[in-house]
Amino acid sequence: MLLRKVSQSSALCGAILRIPPMLSGGQRQAGAVVAVQNARQYASQAAEAVLEKPAAVGTDAATTADKKTAAAESKSFAVNIFKGQIATPQVFPFPSALSEEQEQFLRELVGPVSKFFEEVNDPAKNDTLEKVEDQTMEGLKEMGAFGLQVPADLGGLGLSNTQYARLVEIVGGHDLGVGITLGAHQSIGFKGILLFGNKAQKEKYLPKLATGEHIAAFCLTEPASGSDAASIKTTAVQSSCGKYFTLNGSKIWISNGGLAEIFTVFAKTPMKDPRTGEIKDKITAFVVERSFGGVTHGPPEKKMGIKASNTAEVYFDNVRVPAECVLGEVGGGFKVAMNILNNGRFGMAAALSGTMKSVIAKAVDHAANRTQFGSKIHTYGAIQEKIARMTMLQYVTESMAYMISGNMDSGATEFQIEAAISKIFASEAAWAVTDECIQVTGGMGFMKDTGLERVMRDLRIFRIFEGTNDILRLFVALNGFQNAGNQLKGLQKALKNPLGNAGVLAGELTKRAKRLKAGLGTGLTLQGTVHPDLAQSGELTVKAIEQFGAVIEEQLIKHGKKIIDEQFVLKRVADCAIDLYAMVVVLSRASRSLSQGHASAQHEKMLCETWCMEAYERVMSDIKTLRSSDSRKLFKNLRAISTATVENGGVVAPHPLGF
Amino acid sequence: MSGRVLVGVKRVIDYAVKIRVKPDNSGVVTDGVKHSMNPFCEIAVEEAVKLKEKKLIKEVVAVSCGPQQAQETIRTALAMGADRGIHVEVSGKDYDALGPLQVSKILAALAKKEEAQLIILGKQAIDDDCNQTGQMTAALLDWPQGTFASEVSLEGDKVKVLREIDGGLETIKINTPAVVTADLRLNTPRYATLPNIMKAKKKKIVNVKPADLGVDVTSRLEILRVDDPPQRQAGVKVETVEDLVGKLKEAGRI
Repeated sequence: MLLRKVSQSSALCGAILRIPPMLSGGQRQAGAVVAVQNARQYASQAAEAVLEKPAAVGTDAATTADKKTAAAESKSFAVNIFKGQIATPQVFPFPSALSEEQEQFLRELVGPVSKFFEEVNDPAKNDTLEKVEDQTMEGLKEMGAFGLQVPADLGGLGLSNTQYARLVEIVGGHDLGVGITLGAHQSIGFKGILLFGNKAQKEKYLPKLATGEHIAAFCLTEPASGSDAASIKTTAVQSSCGKYFTLNGSKIWISNGGLAEIFTVFAKTPMKDPRTGEIKDKITAFVVERSFGGVTHGPPEKKMGIKASNTAEVYFDNVRVPAECVLGEVGGGFKVAMNILNNGRFGMAAALSGTMKSVIAKAVDHAANRTQFGSKIHTYGAIQEKIARMTMLQYVTESMAYMISGNMDSGATEFQIEAAISKIFASEAAWAVTDECIQVTGGMGFMKDTGLERVMRDLRIFRIFEGTNDILRLFVALNGFQNAGNQLKGLQKALKNPLGNAGVLAGELTKRAKRLKAGLGTGLTLQGTVHPDLAQSGELTVKAIEQFGAVIEEQLIKHGKKIIDEQFVLKRVADCAIDLYAMVVVLSRASRSLSQGHASAQHEKMLCETWCMEAYERVMSDIKTLRSSDSRKLFKNLRAISTATVENGGVVAPHPLGF
Repeated sequence: MSGRVLVGVKRVIDYAVKIRVKPDNSGVVTDGVKHSMNPFCEIAVEEAVKLKEKKLIKEVVAVSCGPQQAQETIRTALAMGADRGIHVEVSGKDYDALGPLQVSKILAALAKKEEAQLIILGKQAIDDDCNQTGQMTAALLDWPQGTFASEVSLEGDKVKVLREIDGGLETIKINTPAVVTADLRLNTPRYATLPNIMKAKKKKIVNVKPADLGVDVTSRLEILRVDDPPQRQAGVKVETVEDLVGKLKEAGRI
């Protein structure tokens, strides 16, 4: 039942709840079998199950607010692949979201930021000191690094998401500890004020936050509330006069917790349901100033990595928070938290693509200069494969980061699946790349002075924080299933009135009939969209999407409502979605390079082809597992092994020596 | 003094870039190569901005001669604190052949037009290493010059310049208007911060052509060939002092 809870209430999965049912009966769809009424009902129930309203914490405000955007047909590529469809507007052509002026400005910023990190910042020293050196911190503030996206009239630089991405990429390439200090401040710490603050709140807080005079922190996690963010216990009780809230509770692992003056705090507020008159707890977001009194923090935590960043517990003891400090609506805090996190994820992908670029340069330098057995080691296949794979992973991550930031800058509202995918992909790619980089550099890489072990330690947290990759995988899969389920539901409605919806049904039946005939596709194609030189990779992608759409419908029909508890299935579904999105972003970027005749176009073509070949195989293998009857046994075994190990308090098998 | 300072800023290939010679030996590869402001010019800008911050002068004007991209270099100077810029547009063949003499003529013409009281330049550029522009400009204007400055102070209508010369330091006092060229130890240039880069967007850059200034940029020099420095030959290790002496004798060195 963990998952049911997650899908109902976690901040990380909350976006599921924000997407109301979509009537999409008219859409073409890649289903499995010609409709069987029973199966249809199952599938649509499954969709409802995912949509089920959380009991404890309401998100009504969020749901209504987003109804408008979701009612239209989704332009999101990721949403559509779950229906076996290809939506190209957000992915082709590769977005170029910068105006000439923005591009010019960005060009001017890149030099000084790089120079600062090369000449002033000392990542090794920050790591040893377990704080960002004072002079570096001052330099960063003067630099304007604390207010990158604050509007210019409020003292910031007013950068777009794409411009922001380009600069955090530089930070990520040099010092992730500093990256977290900056990110916890502006990517989540005060992002809520930027996104949801009213005019007065923005004018009051943003100017000092932009200069770094005030540091911000994001306070969601609590000792008993991690991934299940809706279970927070911190309370904010409104005074009878309505003028203030009394805040009580404690938050843990808060980045910048010990430095911050301004906190975005999530707490439960008791609210009367206007319909039933029942008192229910709902989450509300607050801007809390340290100067309100009653705000204290613990000592800096000792950590594995990102040591330069400050992490501390933050305590709120009868803090009197004026009602003007409510961020968004009372009871609407869930939506605030979700949007902050959704809006920040692309930044992680951008930063980590910078990290990968840096470590790859180190690996390559070593491989090109180190001689063993009479040759430079880069001439050996064992090393070549590593360098090639590292390069591909960086290419994919970088493409995802700028695809999403570009989409966001052109006003896309539906990018939560893509953003989650980019966070998962980037954090795992960076880990793999750095691990291999250490392998290429051998004993050298294991030495502290090479600077790679610090990067490795720093990277580990990225798979954990801001939504663990495991939870985000469930989020990706459930979000997709929900959309696919809604479509089935639309179809079901059409079946109830076959005459009135003849067109819809005819389309669906033709498609399914086509799929039944082996070898005949669903008519999906990327021809004319991808560059002709990449036609083959395009076809692989289309084939994989067709099969994926089919398997999604099969799974919905097979598991019905219970799909949300099938985590073994969900994980594999998410893996497929991640690979499919990765395929399409590189197809898009390499196509652009080919059509624009970039010097690197042929190289990028190779990256794209290689990536698509392998990703196709992975997707097909996952689909095969999902379809095979053996998978039931596999999942059952995995479950049983885990249960036995847990019951035994450790491994079950006795030692081979018997003692 | 409450005059105007003209600062020359040259766009050069960034110091960290590995220089590659074009296959036809006509010059070095500049396409797609990172460029930035010549480091000595940064020092010159810093000195001018400092004088302004001390309220010893009232305006800093940054000048760069070159193609469209030279404006980026001027923007950097503006972000460091210069008040406005003058972009003297020289492109194509004229730019390829642009040397100290042509730039000096442009600077001299601008100094008269702008009624500058001081021209501060870097002592040399890291691309051609000419170390001539400051001297030539002073000569063309018939102004005094304080080259290789490691300290500059304004005293009434005179400038005191501490010069780094072979074997020591020399202090001179010269009348203004004058030309000063900056040496490495004059100051540590500040970083262009992002908010200042943003503010610099509002500062004006005027575009002029050499002809507008009545300057003929025709070059009298022709570059015949550009080559990589010769590769260093591998050395040998010797076991003993005797071996070393023997080898040196063999080579005819001793």
